[in-house]
Amino acid sequence: MGKWDWQVFLRDTGGGETYLHWMMSAWGWTISVAVLSLIVALVFGSVMGILRTTPNRFLVFIGNAWTELFRNIPLLVQIFLWYHVIPAIFLSLRNVPSFVLVVFALGFFTSARIAEQVRAGIQSLPRGQSYAGLATGLTLVQTYRYVLLPVAYRIIIPPLTSESMNIIKNTSVAFAVSIAELTMFAMQAQEETSRGIEIYLAVTGLYFISAFAVNRIAALIERRVQIPGMLGAK
Amino acid sequence: MNLDFGFFNWNLVQSFVLKGLLFSVELTIIAMLGGIAIGTIVALMRLSAKPWLVWPAAAYVNVLRSIPLVMVILWFFLLIPLLLGRPLGAEASAIVTFTVFEAAYYSEIMRAGIQSVPKGQVSAGYAVGMTYSQCMRLIVLPQAFRNMLPVLLTQTIILFQDTSLVYAIGAYDLLKGFEVAGKNFNRPVETYLVAAIVYFVICFSLSMSVRRLQKKIAIIR
Repeated sequence: MGKWDWQVFLRDTGGGETYLHWMMSAWGWTISVAVLSLIVALVFGSVMGILRTTPNRFLVFIGNAWTELFRNIPLLVQIFLWYHVIPAIFLSLRNVPSFVLVVFALGFFTSARIAEQVRAGIQSLPRGQSYAGLATGLTLVQTYRYVLLPVAYRIIIPPLTSESMNIIKNTSVAFAVSIAELTMFAMQAQEETSRGIEIYLAVTGLYFISAFAVNRIAALIERRVQIPGMLGAK
Repeated sequence: MNLDFGFFNWNLVQSFVLKGLLFSVELTIIAMLGGIAIGTIVALMRLSAKPWLVWPAAAYVNVLRSIPLVMVILWFFLLIPLLLGRPLGAEASAIVTFTVFEAAYYSEIMRAGIQSVPKGQVSAGYAVGMTYSQCMRLIVLPQAFRNMLPVLLTQTIILFQDTSLVYAIGAYDLLKGFEVAGKNFNRPVETYLVAAIVYFVICFSLSMSVRRLQKKIAIIR
């Protein structure tokens, strides 16, 4: 295997920057895709998860269908659908950058899992909570807004944390449509420099750091919003 | 753009898709069986009282679970030839990678399953004179396995979806089969669409059967 050669990161890529520069910008792409996808996933996952707990059968059906659709197709295939199929059918989307398409692909894929967590969180609350809300004259929307959701979201912070860490890992699939993120960098730099082990170690380390950072931020949020007197609160 | 599925026929399926489907299924089954076998051993190591068994098992699981699968696939594709001293095909490399990678996930499931067996069961085993391995083999693991069967199968559906990621090293799986067909007939849009439908039908029907099984097991218990 030979000796380590960490100076590979200071070599010029041929484009006037070093591999280190390239890797840092790739890390930036990974984080951007992850954060934006997480926002998309939280918005759509929450809406669909809430729909699945409403008394209206039609809304429940929409929520269920959404979850099954995005859960039962592999992420890579979904990314290809967004990248190759959707712009070909809806011509107006032809000029949308692939970065945006990947954000929606990863966001919708993850929204199905978040919808499942949100539904479970709401259904874990005692039935009396929503009855009490409705009995005091709140509308259904108000009951969700002021009674159910504030507690449900706090309960599901741990599974949402692991979904957020999954999203960091899943951004790696974006290499398939040539987003310049970490995995894409790893593949190309490995080929150009033949120092695969150093490159892969550095990239793997950055994934570790990113996932760990998400974990710490989530723990901070969990501590800040905990309800005194409930299990898990200090 | 108009979609045209006229070029889809049995001949196309036979020459491009079937080969890929067979590999995806083969990869899923080998990685499931191997992953559950290794995963069970790793779970037993993590639950043992000896730190020199716990520590490596925990490291194995935690490291693999924090790295994206695509990176793991690339790592193995890079390292296996260096260790073997000769190149290994993408398909064989994928089989090794998925078995090792999935073992980390299956081991967490088996650990939960073993912990779900009441302590009295183990004590009873020891009390009638069984050794540790008899106790595990005859009392704990069969129960753990049955309790966790739905979860193990759900993980296997995820595994089947993840096999599409062998795209990273160019192995010929179900998705690749559709892609090659799409390139040959110059109709990538239709083939990707059909690929998505095929994956959906397979995974949706599998998860429906797991759900039915889950209800059955719930009644038995």
